[in-house]
Amino acid sequence: MSDVTIAAPREEDVHRAGRFVFWAGIALLVLWVLVPIWFLFVNALSAPSEVTSFPKRFWPSFDLASLQFFWNFQGVTAALWNSVKVAVLTMVLSIGMGAPAGYALTRFDFPGKEFFRILVIMTRAFPLPLLALPLAVMFIRTGLDDTVLGLALVHTMLALPFAVLITFSLFSGIPVELEEAAWTLGCNRLQAVIKVVLPLALPGIMASAVFAFVISWNEVFAAAVLTIENRTLTAFLLQSLNVSPLPLKFAGGVALVMPALIFIFAVRKYLFAMWGIANR
Amino acid sequence: MAEIVIKGVAKSFGAFTALHSVDLTIADQEFMVLLGASGCGKTTLLRIIAGLETPTHGEVWIGDRRVDHLPPRERGIAMVFQNYAVFPHLTVFENIAFGLRMAKLPQAEVTRRVTRTAELMHIEQLLKRYSGELSGGQRQRVAVARALAMEPDVILMDEPLSNLDALLRLEMRAELKGVLAESKTTTIYVTHDQVEAMSLADRISVMNGGYIVQADRPTQVYRNPAARFVGSFIGNPPMNFLPAKRSENGRWQVAGQDFEGPETAAAEFAIRPEDMHPAEAGLEAEVRVVEPLGPHTLITAQVAGQPFRAVLESDRAITPGEVITLAPIPDRIRWFDPETQKAIA
Repeated sequence: MSDVTIAAPREEDVHRAGRFVFWAGIALLVLWVLVPIWFLFVNALSAPSEVTSFPKRFWPSFDLASLQFFWNFQGVTAALWNSVKVAVLTMVLSIGMGAPAGYALTRFDFPGKEFFRILVIMTRAFPLPLLALPLAVMFIRTGLDDTVLGLALVHTMLALPFAVLITFSLFSGIPVELEEAAWTLGCNRLQAVIKVVLPLALPGIMASAVFAFVISWNEVFAAAVLTIENRTLTAFLLQSLNVSPLPLKFAGGVALVMPALIFIFAVRKYLFAMWGIANR
Repeated sequence: MAEIVIKGVAKSFGAFTALHSVDLTIADQEFMVLLGASGCGKTTLLRIIAGLETPTHGEVWIGDRRVDHLPPRERGIAMVFQNYAVFPHLTVFENIAFGLRMAKLPQAEVTRRVTRTAELMHIEQLLKRYSGELSGGQRQRVAVARALAMEPDVILMDEPLSNLDALLRLEMRAELKGVLAESKTTTIYVTHDQVEAMSLADRISVMNGGYIVQADRPTQVYRNPAARFVGSFIGNPPMNFLPAKRSENGRWQVAGQDFEGPETAAAEFAIRPEDMHPAEAGLEAEVRVVEPLGPHTLITAQVAGQPFRAVLESDRAITPGEVITLAPIPDRIRWFDPETQKAIA
């Protein structure tokens, strides 16, 4: 402590100003996210006639005509089913490959480990439009175009870096001594992973699976380029956006946003593991 | 029978050599302590015996089997880790039963062994709890019970008490000694704590810089250090060392005093702080610090310009600045070769 006092602003004022900036920042961020979602829900749950009216009511009239219209629209259910199939396949593929990769990054030292880590991130450095067209050509040659598997492979490529990084962080949080103890108690490497590592990492792995599901669910560009007959919901909506009435657009938006929102909210705690924040 | 024989075991991590060709034989049912400062290679040696680390050279034998190529599960060992490594997703019961279930023992036998080892470690009332609901000391007990339940030939312990607080450590130390003596297993115990080593061991292997410097009974290690390092590492305060000069009459000059010594060209004089008493004639010590410890008084002084410590009876008042004469007990004087740092017999 120095005994020289500088004419400082009163501590109380500093606190009050700081608090104001803090809460204003929070309010801005919250509105940034919530206002579009509110628009989406209000319009989707209102009668088609109310969608274009102004001013908006805060609470929608809970008229299900728009949603009903959307549900009965030609091709919507097929597209929805395609979205689910592609997303589930993406989830299985990205965890099936990502979790072992995350484990290997955690537990093994191998030549090129750092390069591999950069490579994993690099897959996200190329803009999808750059990749989608050559991919489309390749898919047409191999017969993967317009199939659920083909699109799921592209989505897996998008989701895999996250799956690897999240599981890497999860496995890093599990002390290696637990595995070593399992080895001395009669396990081989695989048994130790199944009996000790997986039960401890399971909630986080589920979260990373859900995240992969949502990435696929929301992806529109590759879906639009690579499918024609078997459109996913996003691609289908993009295609029919020009020709469909406004209420349909809002209803479709809600159908897209809802699962993603619910899933992400459910697993929010584990997604922080991606940034290395402890998950327990 | 589980005699452990280590033949020429060496381990390098890249350019760093953690162990230089170690040879060691540990008798059946012996309690062997590997003692040394951190980085001396003691944990590496233990992990090589466990199979958690592969030696760069050498052989490890347990009983009459060569095991250095076998995975840990096939070596007949159990291990207790420094951070306990109690599985957080299993109850205490299932933790202790883990190895037994892996060995596919019948349920009745699993229950019998878990109950017996839990009683032995006084944790029978905790069997339904998870490790998150246990204190450090209780987790330690679970880890030891889990190892004992395997009824292994060899128990390996890696600083098992170092995460406990001082009082608990004292209690667990005595308990471990009793339980392990009764279990009739061969024990290898790694620690950096010399008091722990002295109190537990049948034999101590003092390690330094990747070598075993001395492997002997605790009193031998204390009284007759095989090397200067052992004398300076074991004992609190450690041994005093003073330079010595061969005088013309064949005796040795140490700080102006005449001593009987070895028949070598060069030697260093060494004496433990408690092996001296104030006398008319002896080493002249200029007292710097006086620390009364109750039964004894610890003196930090200068002898011939060298730092020097003595533990004296507390009946005589000594003040800093005073010059006292200390007579070493003749048969407690040790001599070391200044070149090789080894003891001169």
